[in-house]
Amino acid sequence: MSYKMLDGNTAAAEAIKLARVKVIASYPITPQTVIPETLSEMVESGELNAQYVRVESEHSALSVVTCAAMAGVRASTATASNGLALMHEIVGMTAGNRVPVVMPVVNRGIAAPWTLWCEHVDTMCERDMGWLQFYCQNVQEVLDLTLIAFRVSEDARVLLPSMVCLDGFFLSHSMQKVTLPEQAKVDGFIGEYSNKNVYLDPTDPMFLSDLTGNEEYTEMRYQQKLALDASVRVIEEVFEEFHKEFGRKYELVEGYRTEDADVVLVALGSMCGTAQYVVNKMRAKGQKVGLLKVTVFRPFPAEYIRRLVGDQAVVGVFDRSAGLGGEGGPVWYEVCSALRNKDNQVFHYVGGIGGRDVRVETIENIYNELLAIKAGESDRHTEWIDVKDNALELREVAKNV
Amino acid sequence: MYDIKHQSRGLVSHGTTACAGCGLELIMRKVIDVVGEDTIIVIPPGCSALFSGFGKETNLKIAGVQMNLENTAACCSGIRAALDAQGNTHTTVLGFAGDGGTLDIGLQALSGAFERGDRIMYVCYDNEAYMNTGIQGSSATPYGASTTTTPGGKRQPKKDLMMIAMAHRISYAATASLQNLNDLKRKIEKAKNAKGSSLLHIHTPCPTGWRCHSSLSIELARAAVQTGSWILYEYEDGKITVNRKLKELKPLESYIGKQGRFKHLTPEQRDQMQEEVRENYFAYTGMLERMNAPAETV
Repeated sequence: MSYKMLDGNTAAAEAIKLARVKVIASYPITPQTVIPETLSEMVESGELNAQYVRVESEHSALSVVTCAAMAGVRASTATASNGLALMHEIVGMTAGNRVPVVMPVVNRGIAAPWTLWCEHVDTMCERDMGWLQFYCQNVQEVLDLTLIAFRVSEDARVLLPSMVCLDGFFLSHSMQKVTLPEQAKVDGFIGEYSNKNVYLDPTDPMFLSDLTGNEEYTEMRYQQKLALDASVRVIEEVFEEFHKEFGRKYELVEGYRTEDADVVLVALGSMCGTAQYVVNKMRAKGQKVGLLKVTVFRPFPAEYIRRLVGDQAVVGVFDRSAGLGGEGGPVWYEVCSALRNKDNQVFHYVGGIGGRDVRVETIENIYNELLAIKAGESDRHTEWIDVKDNALELREVAKNV
Repeated sequence: MYDIKHQSRGLVSHGTTACAGCGLELIMRKVIDVVGEDTIIVIPPGCSALFSGFGKETNLKIAGVQMNLENTAACCSGIRAALDAQGNTHTTVLGFAGDGGTLDIGLQALSGAFERGDRIMYVCYDNEAYMNTGIQGSSATPYGASTTTTPGGKRQPKKDLMMIAMAHRISYAATASLQNLNDLKRKIEKAKNAKGSSLLHIHTPCPTGWRCHSSLSIELARAAVQTGSWILYEYEDGKITVNRKLKELKPLESYIGKQGRFKHLTPEQRDQMQEEVRENYFAYTGMLERMNAPAETV
């Protein structure tokens, strides 16, 4: 075990190296990440024994690693925002063919307007495609959850790919002290890669992914659903084993001072660190606020939400994506659904999009609104919590000037 | 893994769902015969997906996967990388796509694989339109041909796949035709044994899309070559060989006159097309030969 100062990009690359991935493919779309460059340097220096396929698009990157994994090796790529959007078609192929690829995704907004910065819309758009999704709070989690994702994805009860989601810049470019596990321990934890159900092997031929009629398609999808459902238990087991082996404890949803909380905020990603700080600050003043940090968004651990939210608590849900056209964003919908048979009020908040910092004051504002609602003093609810007053004056077009 | 229902002589089942007279079916049989069972095939959706099969049945006794329309070459590269990582240098990785999946939506992935020189064998069966999808025009549809998206006849010539491939300096590239099966088999063998990327661009008569009688496939493949509409040549380690140089071309009418996709052309248009095909044949073969000539020193 050793300590290193790493940013999220390098931590993701270190985890992929520690997993002894054999094929890597990647493309530097805008906005891109340095995860692939770091990996290509590792391959060039011999530090990582893998084939590096310098592809011509993100679409090809996921095609290469999906087919490489079908042909018998652990394979990985990394992406972000528009790159993930371009991969979308293959995202379905990887999951539908039950190929356990693990892919770090640096969360960033999708153009337009062009943005290079943090938002969760990219991965949220892929949430129903059959992948597991882990969201990281800090750089240590990037490393740990990537290792965990390999183990969970490759479990015979799961055999589904995973996205490990890390907030653009707040994690991808943020240097933090990280504990690096020893290679031998990681080897023991993740194990050797082997194809368990479908494979491309000339000595035992099978044909994968042909046209499937409506008399069987539903059942194929149902198998996927059952695997995602079953992965909750598998993730719990693997988290427990990881805790035993490496000493760091993870939960699908982590309750932070929620036991007696009057109001609870549900959030995911790097803002959870800020939220925990705010919880401590407000608790010191006697205000009973708590946080639910969602680490695993797919499969959505609804049971955890039900268990951790007290019957009397007022709930706020922070979506770092706009959820355009709906009554709320994707996290809010999940939480509402989880609590549908309970009496909790669930309020929706949108913020932190396009790289806007989720500041202490932003979270304090949310908690204060929720506390006032809880106390019956106010019904004020500001859904777009950090929008500026001049929103409608931006880009006002003066014609023929 | 397979539960074999019918013992066919080769690696492709005897009964397939291809249309009567399908040129692709014969090409598939010849290619799989030559590459053999130590092969992994990647097939996009399209006519060749009839060989992927449907549900729990497949027409192929070799390992394979049906991926997407635009990524056949990338999928081949991924499989090659995985085999290389496992020290397997003997298995052939075969991409088998139509003209749309190759020259339109798949061109980016193909160019990527060719530029990297990945050791994959890529077969483009060119039936000159999106035949499985409903006979929509592609960039490989020839000048004048009517399709469901070029109802008045296409106004542009075919995109030139061989020139694109040669611009990448791949190990081996060849055009081929059902007109001469021995020549086809020889080229399949060369493509299989190439040191880097290889391409076979095979002219593929399609009675359904060409709107001709299903008994005419071979005859039309032959007529395409004899009229100068399809030029047989190969490119090997930088050297171009025109396989069969014709001194005289047969009248174009012996090729286009038997196909419904050209029937809207007026006699004047036919005459003009005849002239263009003739001019193109001699200009193109002449250019191919000049491409071999050493650069003149100034």
